[in-house]
Amino acid sequence: MTNGSILNLKIFRLSFIYAFFLTMLAIPGLALAQKDTSKAAEQEFDPQAVIMEHIGDSHSWPVIGKTTLPLPVILYTDKGLEFFSSAHLQPEGATYRGNYYTYKIEENKIKAVDAAGKVDEAASARVWDFSISRNVISMIMTMTILLIVFLSVSSAYRKRPGKAPKGLQSFMEPLILFVRDDIALPNLGLKYVKYMPLLLTIFFFILINNLFGMIPFFPGGYNLTGNIAVTATLSVIILLVINLNANKHYWKHIFMPNPWWLFPIMIPVEIVSIFSKPIALMIRLFANITAGHIVILSLISLIFIFHSLAVSPVSIVFVVFMDLIELLVAFLQAYIFTLLSALFIGMATEEHH
Amino acid sequence: MTGMILAQAVAGMHGSVGPIGAGLAAIGAGIGIGQIGGKAVEGIARQPEAVGKIQLNMIIAAALVEGVALFAVVVALLGNK
Repeated sequence: MTNGSILNLKIFRLSFIYAFFLTMLAIPGLALAQKDTSKAAEQEFDPQAVIMEHIGDSHSWPVIGKTTLPLPVILYTDKGLEFFSSAHLQPEGATYRGNYYTYKIEENKIKAVDAAGKVDEAASARVWDFSISRNVISMIMTMTILLIVFLSVSSAYRKRPGKAPKGLQSFMEPLILFVRDDIALPNLGLKYVKYMPLLLTIFFFILINNLFGMIPFFPGGYNLTGNIAVTATLSVIILLVINLNANKHYWKHIFMPNPWWLFPIMIPVEIVSIFSKPIALMIRLFANITAGHIVILSLISLIFIFHSLAVSPVSIVFVVFMDLIELLVAFLQAYIFTLLSALFIGMATEEHH
Repeated sequence: MTGMILAQAVAGMHGSVGPIGAGLAAIGAGIGIGQIGGKAVEGIARQPEAVGKIQLNMIIAAALVEGVALFAVVVALLGNK
């Protein structure tokens, strides 16, 4: 029975030995857990706070354990510009006396406080937060990666015209051709060349940000596409591109529907549909990515809620399964956003048949 | 709003009803994506050489239906006290 079966595969035997050693490593953890039960009552684990902290934005970036990377705080107050490191605001509740006001972080927002430490609402409304927060610096990191990859690929194409692609080119070429042949050409027809930069940028921006958000340690693990401000910006861009490039037939279809007696119903419906399509794009991307992060974080928090190590094999298996689904969702959401944008642009610019 | 409070008072329930809405949305998503999967599998059974195209369209349709269910989850999150 074991002649050629799966039990003979070398990788099965290797993974069995590997799993055995991993299980052995968990046993010291069991011994430590029993020693620490006296401290367990002091630090009640609040899953909601931990999850919100991971999927939200913050002024410092946790690197490993308790060490964090403090990020610069840039505030535009009505009296002038403030610039300091968020390390001054670090333990929650610490105040920092800046040039114009005194500041404190409360619920992840910077507020102006008076000398006693009470929040001054009127002054806080005049302080605008332009800090380089975790989302901003991670977006800059993604942009740098995209620029490096695409500039090198395009210079390789220019320097070696007509030859077979090699190196990074051969990795990016199928993806770029995929965007062109499956997304741009069927929806935009012959005018696709004008919109290819936009579609490529949107596709790769969303894809790289989704993928980096799934890496659990330092340069990853941020939640950029799950931030509704970022997805709102992308949809506003699509809204502007659709409406500024639209045909006469598009506007005629909206403002002069065919049977004239349907005017009062069709015109409001059509005007709402101009805005509802990009809003749907925005919410779809935001909700998918945030929901994925919340599910994975909740499954890992199960271990801490039950205070027992026996939950961890179950939890880890579920988390691995959910991570595979999230990988599919990361790629799929980038594809769907780009596909629907190309579809809407195509619908707005197509010739009357 | 008052209806919701009355309902909670009668049932002795604490907390918000937001997660109930999210659960109802999950029922809708389950039915929708189940239908899509079922029809896709039927299509593959009728014509096995079209597997690639059918799979691709099934995934796209499933993502769109899931988008609608997630709109409801977002509203539930917003209404959660």
